[in-house]
Amino acid sequence: MNPLKAHLQAICPDAAFQDGSGPVLNMEVGPESLAALLPHLKNDPELLFDFLEDLIGMDFGEKVGAIYRFYSTRHGHRLHIACQALNRENAELPSCSPFWEIASFYEREVFDFFGIRFVGHNDMRRLFLRNDWTGYPLRKDYDLSSEANPVKLQSEPLKDITQAVVATQSGEISGQDRALFEKDEYVVNIGPQHPATHGVLHFQVSLEGETVRKVDVHCGYIHRGIEKMAESMTYPQTLAMTDRLDYLSAHQNRHALCACIEESMGLEIPARAQYIRALMDELSRIQSHLLFYACFCMDLGALTPFFYGFRDREKILDIFEETTGGRLIQNYNVIGGVARDLHPDFVKKTAEFIRYLPTVLPEYHAVFTDNVIFRQRTRGIGVLSREKALSYSVSGPCGRASGIACDIRKRRPYSVYDQLDFEEVIRQEGDAFARYQVRMEEINQSLALIDQLLSKLPEGDYCAKTKPVIKLPEGRFFKDVETARGQFGVFIESRGDKYPYRLKFRPPCLPLVAVVDPLASGNKIADLITLGASLDYVVPDIDR
Amino acid sequence: MFDFSVATAWIDQGLRNVMSPAWAITVECVLIGVALLAVYAIMALILILAERKVCAAFQCRLGPNRVGPWGSIQTVADMIKILTKEIISIRHVDNFLYNLAPFIVILGSLLAFACIPFAKGLQALDFNVGIFFMIAASSMGIVGILLAGWSSNNKFSLIGAMRSGAQMISYELSIGLSILTMVVLSGTMQISEIVERQDQLWFLFKGHVPALVAFVIYLIAGTAETNRGPFDLPEAESELTAGYHTEYSGMHFGFYYVAEFVNMFIVASIATTLFLGGWMPLHIPGLDEFNRVMDLIPSVIWFFGKSALMVFVIMWFKWTFPRLRIDQLLTLEWKYLLPLNLLNLLVMVVIVVTGWHF
Repeated sequence: MNPLKAHLQAICPDAAFQDGSGPVLNMEVGPESLAALLPHLKNDPELLFDFLEDLIGMDFGEKVGAIYRFYSTRHGHRLHIACQALNRENAELPSCSPFWEIASFYEREVFDFFGIRFVGHNDMRRLFLRNDWTGYPLRKDYDLSSEANPVKLQSEPLKDITQAVVATQSGEISGQDRALFEKDEYVVNIGPQHPATHGVLHFQVSLEGETVRKVDVHCGYIHRGIEKMAESMTYPQTLAMTDRLDYLSAHQNRHALCACIEESMGLEIPARAQYIRALMDELSRIQSHLLFYACFCMDLGALTPFFYGFRDREKILDIFEETTGGRLIQNYNVIGGVARDLHPDFVKKTAEFIRYLPTVLPEYHAVFTDNVIFRQRTRGIGVLSREKALSYSVSGPCGRASGIACDIRKRRPYSVYDQLDFEEVIRQEGDAFARYQVRMEEINQSLALIDQLLSKLPEGDYCAKTKPVIKLPEGRFFKDVETARGQFGVFIESRGDKYPYRLKFRPPCLPLVAVVDPLASGNKIADLITLGASLDYVVPDIDR
Repeated sequence: MFDFSVATAWIDQGLRNVMSPAWAITVECVLIGVALLAVYAIMALILILAERKVCAAFQCRLGPNRVGPWGSIQTVADMIKILTKEIISIRHVDNFLYNLAPFIVILGSLLAFACIPFAKGLQALDFNVGIFFMIAASSMGIVGILLAGWSSNNKFSLIGAMRSGAQMISYELSIGLSILTMVVLSGTMQISEIVERQDQLWFLFKGHVPALVAFVIYLIAGTAETNRGPFDLPEAESELTAGYHTEYSGMHFGFYYVAEFVNMFIVASIATTLFLGGWMPLHIPGLDEFNRVMDLIPSVIWFFGKSALMVFVIMWFKWTFPRLRIDQLLTLEWKYLLPLNLLNLLVMVVIVVTGWHF
């Protein structure tokens, strides 16, 4: 028997284990055993699950509950725990937020959509929807009629009060009101309309002079309910939603969903399609990092480098446009491969581009990276320690800047990445400058990857044949890819229909927004902007 | 070299012939006022166009190119548009102060503008403590900015105004001390005299090392004084949306905008006057032929040419550097520029006393 399984069995005798695919262990426990298990998961030297990848709210049919995805960076093992709340009306689960700080955000999302209250959570507000919303939309018995939630024409007053869910001695669960801000605090609203929030995100910032004391994040201004919509769509229809999440990683998001569906169907994809996908992924990564460079400069007040970044990003968009017809949103991956073959000029133009970019990158560094003002404003600012980054589940370039080896392309290679030679860029400093450097270095790595992909690009089919109606076998399926912002995960619960029973995306940007408060507190207002730019979140990905 | 005082004396004489001296002076004051306002407005239009063209050149784009040849009357069109815009009145503001603030800003800048010697004999205000008057007048602008931030009843505006207050009061010291350094070298505070005394050699060369140090400090402090990048914290777009003028609309906003651009020109022209000889042509002692050729170029061209060069340098700063943070900005002034400036002043005094300058 698996030693991990044996160890967990010893802690939690009533747990039920299922055989999962690959190295993942699946278990199911009740809420009470979960409460006892959580501290072990975090602290037991044989378990040390320090990375809470995702928390997926689920309507299991009879009961509601959640699926936890744990990962141990020390041991490399993975654990999925399903837990159902005891009753549907007053659903309660133990909170993970004392052990994994990101859980305070994940749990707010689950509370918002499923109405599960997490005992021990001290900020139990809705995360995306309005506070006066009725019902919990992702429950299967949710009333979709417009009478239940009419379109409201008046703006919603911001409440400065939140609820802490605590268990009393006798086991009774009660909510205690807690003020977010003191009465005489100087609170400034940065956003939802603000040049530096990169979209409609809202920070309530409490200031003391120029110093930030506390940041309270309000998400949901462009929440579209993509996960709910997907439940009434066929699998090929759901694909179009992914491009609208993190629109700068549109291709990689879609890659994840396609790969998840293909793997669960057992569909074999032609080699050429794999290479095309990887090529497009890397081009997307470069254009996203170029945009990061441009926006980072602009947020720091240097307006000229902004145009440099956009000038060169435009060349990638032109390449995209020729092959896929789209510039920002490409709609290129389909189940089984890609929608059409590469444009005849693609290889030539891409080869030209990867020769061109290294000639302008030194100019980027000369005008910005080596600038003394830039260095002073980013060095040592917003230091995200490795422990903090793990606790907040920060992945992608930000995680690697804090010393976490979290590149999915290296850790769990997908597509053709195991046949390619590239380096995982890791830095230990964890400050804004390190995050910047990781991204700039990743541009070089992606260029090298594209070079290899172009030379190995095989001939052949670009798409596998699929049935007209795609149905997935029953089960739970997971797939992660590395987007430009981090680990993008797809979870599909299939009940054998042509529609997903539940589709959940793991947004790489939600953890990035969650760390804004701990990083910005105590720094200046200008540092808050630097931080936001260096974390490089994309709001539609947070809100979904 | 044409002396404009001939023309002004002629006008004065003409007026005195047809009316009493008191009336003649009144009419002259009105004429000068109107002329200054016109030059002020035209200057602002030219500078805004120049800024847009310069920044376009830095950013690999074309800039305005539709209205008029090479977009040359784009800013005129913009001006007409902003004049027709509604000035939106906002509830919960201190109405009197809110409406007063832009006029204080423009008044301070206009008074300083009047002191500039545009050419030989072409200067509206010239008296024995002219340079002091100029510093005092241009410092008035800060009051307008503080009032704007305070009366807007907006948190972003208030933060912007507070930053502006801290920044301008700090950098005023550097400006004052570097100007004082040059006053020590010239031995006079009368602006026309300062220019006249550079007929052999511009002060930047005459005062060599301390003059050069003062020049660099003046440029840094002057850029900070005009709230331009990399010192544009009071209106840091990505942090405070628009800082102290967030709530202003229409021509009230236009006043801030115009004042900012003309202030940049004023800073450039003071640099020209104090360090680069004002309207004085480039003279090198010993090369008489060369000096005579230089004298053929009119003094107006010398003045505006040198000022344009300084304006370009200030624009170059803005479109290259990222913005500083407020604590770094104050550290730069109080820990580095101010001590250096004081030391520099001392060095200049020693050099002037011992006669070690050229």
